[in-house]
Amino acid sequence: MSAQLDIDIEKRLGAQMALQVRFQAGAGVTALFGRSGAGKTSVVQMIAGLMRPDRGRIAVGERVLFDSAQGIDLPVHRRRVGYVFQDARLFPHLSVRRNLLYAQTVARRRGQLKLAPVCDLLGITDLLDRPPGALSGGETQRVAIGRALLSDPSILLMDEPLASLDGPRKGEILPFLDRLKDETGLPIVYVSHAMEEVIRLADTMVLIDEGRVAAQGPVEEVTSRLDLRPLTGRYEAGAVVPARIAAHDEVYELTRLDIAGGGALMVPRIHQPLGTALRVRLRARDVTLSLTRPEGASPLNILEGTVRERAAPEGAFVDVLVDAGVPIWARVTRLSADTLDLQPGKPIFAIVKAGAIDRASLGRAR
Amino acid sequence: MSDWLGPTEWEALALSTKVALWSVSVSLGPAIAIAWVLARHDFPGRGLLNALVHLPLVMPPVVTGYLLLIALGTQGPVGGFLSDSFGITFAFQWTGAVVAAAVMGFPLMVRAIRLSIEAVDPRLEEAARTLGANGVLVFATVTLPQILPGLIAGAVLSFAKGLGEFGATITFVSNIPGETRTLSIAIHSLLQTPQGDAAAIRLTLVAIALSVAALLVSEVMARRAGNRIRGMAS
Repeated sequence: MSAQLDIDIEKRLGAQMALQVRFQAGAGVTALFGRSGAGKTSVVQMIAGLMRPDRGRIAVGERVLFDSAQGIDLPVHRRRVGYVFQDARLFPHLSVRRNLLYAQTVARRRGQLKLAPVCDLLGITDLLDRPPGALSGGETQRVAIGRALLSDPSILLMDEPLASLDGPRKGEILPFLDRLKDETGLPIVYVSHAMEEVIRLADTMVLIDEGRVAAQGPVEEVTSRLDLRPLTGRYEAGAVVPARIAAHDEVYELTRLDIAGGGALMVPRIHQPLGTALRVRLRARDVTLSLTRPEGASPLNILEGTVRERAAPEGAFVDVLVDAGVPIWARVTRLSADTLDLQPGKPIFAIVKAGAIDRASLGRAR
Repeated sequence: MSDWLGPTEWEALALSTKVALWSVSVSLGPAIAIAWVLARHDFPGRGLLNALVHLPLVMPPVVTGYLLLIALGTQGPVGGFLSDSFGITFAFQWTGAVVAAAVMGFPLMVRAIRLSIEAVDPRLEEAARTLGANGVLVFATVTLPQILPGLIAGAVLSFAKGLGEFGATITFVSNIPGETRTLSIAIHSLLQTPQGDAAAIRLTLVAIALSVAALLVSEVMARRAGNRIRGMAS
């Protein structure tokens, strides 16, 4: 896969902080993940041309947007970036329809996407004649996404589009983002500090810390790395495992997921067709360990593997990285870890609670 | 109504209205430009420009009129050039009254527009740029609609100022019936004549009515524009 976005920039931001960011992103969703103030928004602003790097190069596909060495600095309006702002920024004096068509009517930008299918995709057809002041937060953000899509962008930049919404409203938007990713094929840069969103949506993850790229790679890989735990978050500790829907059990309302590496998980019924590729997030606290295959217990959701690594203990608990074909984290008490003598290389059984996997812990893989 | 006011009074009223409308029309563009520069740009000499724009507000109007006479009179440096090169003269012409009214109303207009430009959310302009609009289009489609209430307020203030302008006008273009005798100057002249009191009172009532009407119109327009830019149904 060729790089859709190639970025290598430096920028001094005040006395305390120097941004130095370099990464490549392919098709699909690339999440820029990091704490508030890590410099994520500055990066997308520089891609859009709203902020100027001191040095470096930004290219989308074949198009060079910025290159300090060659003296290239395309003005914002010629960069063809679809920017979805955290605060939506709909034009309050225009109706929803005229907001959506702004790029086409004012800037004469016409792309492949047409108004009707975009409204269908985002579920905003009924809102077209309303003024933006009469929309809910979720509706506003969907219209903002539509407006960016209809500007014939070569890349979509989404700066925490869900951050200003409450839980239910987020849930309202996420399915649309899933579809967006599947149906438009645009490279999407998604800024977030919420791990659930990243896991749900992103394929690639760029971890930004204090203005620098701390790690980048597939979401599964970055989230399983022990050394990144301080950045990916303690309470979010867990692994992301690629899986595929293998079977549905209508009687018990269960779905069997075959996970990469050979194991299988039975989880509550997932309403997706057989063969759908998914990403499953397994939180460390929902996984326990046993030296022997548990007898008498339900045989579901037991994965065989070996201990790979032990994290630094936190209070009574310690997280253990298990290689079960794919990396999985388990949280056990320090007492158990010592009693079971969990040293690297030791064969082990990981037991996953079926109830641990819900809608929020599933993301659609490409 | 037409019987109520005499022909010379009608003349003064019509002239004043014409002068005020023209002064608003010619100063609107420069006022937006200067308000924009003052609101959005920082450059050496910004304070000086700001002071210069506000000068007519703080100087005695007669002084402003006298300066206009020196500069724009046919013997003046600017006026001489305009007269020789283009045959444009302001002295003792109604167009000179327009210049006087425009200069006197200019600070009021710039002030109102500048305040409204400063209140525009630059984030909306950024959004428009990402959607492909260049600077001119952003201004026309995002900034301008947002500053409309300020524009209306500034225009009405300047119109009212032009309608009532007296000191600078009479100093610059004198008091010529039908040419430069505007409403205020006509009232002043009537007060100098023995039987002019009744006519002066009539013109005074007209002046009051016009001012109140202008204020009401601007209120309504500004409210409509305000509702529109807040994204409410108007």
